Amino acid sequence: MIVAERKPMGEIIEMVQDCKKILVLACRGCVTVCSAGGEREAEILSSLIRLGMKKAGKSIEVATASLVRQCDREYIDEIDQFKDDGYDAIVSTACGVGVNFISNLRKDTMVYPALNTTFFGGSAKQGEWTEQCAGCGDCVLHLTGGLCPVARCAKSLMNGPCGGSVDGTCEIHSDVECVWQSIHDRLGSFDKSAQMEVIAPIRDWSSSGHGGPRKVVREDLTV
Amino acid sequence: MSFDPAITLFSCHYTSQQSCAEGGKELEQLGFPAGIDLVRVPCTGKLQVTTLLKAFEDGADGVYVVGCPEDGCHNVKGSARAAKRVAAVRDALEELGVEGERVQMYHLPRGLHPEFVAKGKEMDSRIRGLGPSPF
Repeated sequence: MIVAERKPMGEIIEMVQDCKKILVLACRGCVTVCSAGGEREAEILSSLIRLGMKKAGKSIEVATASLVRQCDREYIDEIDQFKDDGYDAIVSTACGVGVNFISNLRKDTMVYPALNTTFFGGSAKQGEWTEQCAGCGDCVLHLTGGLCPVARCAKSLMNGPCGGSVDGTCEIHSDVECVWQSIHDRLGSFDKSAQMEVIAPIRDWSSSGHGGPRKVVREDLTV
Repeated sequence: MSFDPAITLFSCHYTSQQSCAEGGKELEQLGFPAGIDLVRVPCTGKLQVTTLLKAFEDGADGVYVVGCPEDGCHNVKGSARAAKRVAAVRDALEELGVEGERVQMYHLPRGLHPEFVAKGKEMDSRIRGLGPSPF
């Protein structure tokens, strides 16, 4: 899922300081699963905005609603149900994709981000999320025992480990595993240690966004 | 500045059941602060962050939660969950530049123990010291 965290309240209050009426719009997709921008978090944020504005001596009307997702046109179209309500702005608790999609598709709607979108990750432990994928566009997981060196190696090395790997941990922090150590161990457990001897060629990073914004077109799905 | 604080207390049904005997008269006789509005909940684990924030929106100068002892919650982890949510509200208040001490969590045994009244007095005193809510 896409993992995100709420922005500091000071930053959000600053965004809406001149607004009289806003809509805090939750997303029931990834940010609900990572407890950053679902309906519950949107209700909390609405309350905090009201309190923050009141403390600043300003009044604001804050309503809360949610969309199934904010990354598809069909769901963004549902925003139109609010167009006669007179909102000065939408504060979106979706990831950055949602904020962009509202901006792209609703030219007259001001939208502010309530979250900092962080990474593609998973939760192996309640309340904790870790980065697992960098969305680089050229997956090498079949060569690395299913563990991603792009997202999980601090240096995104293709031929690791580096000299900073100590007892299975990364030199950047003692609680970060050295993914190359894990790759080595895992390949060994499948009797594929020889894969570690294969030198990965210099990588073409153009698929990872270094070649500009990416796009996927599926002709079989376009109408 | 002297003022009479409005404080909202969310208390576990089990922790507060004796406290509500005879319509709360016993509490009053024991000197429980009059400005504390007692809201009983089946389990403090049911309390949401929004419930606590709403109390501030509704004008409370302070909010506190009284639940079972951490190692003896009637619903196993209810009071531990409540403590986490109280901590989340405290962090949020501080983000807004408001004293985090305006929200507190207490773990107390069942029944009308002196601690129930003492914590009420402690909260009342704390909020008097902090002054009116800035909200």
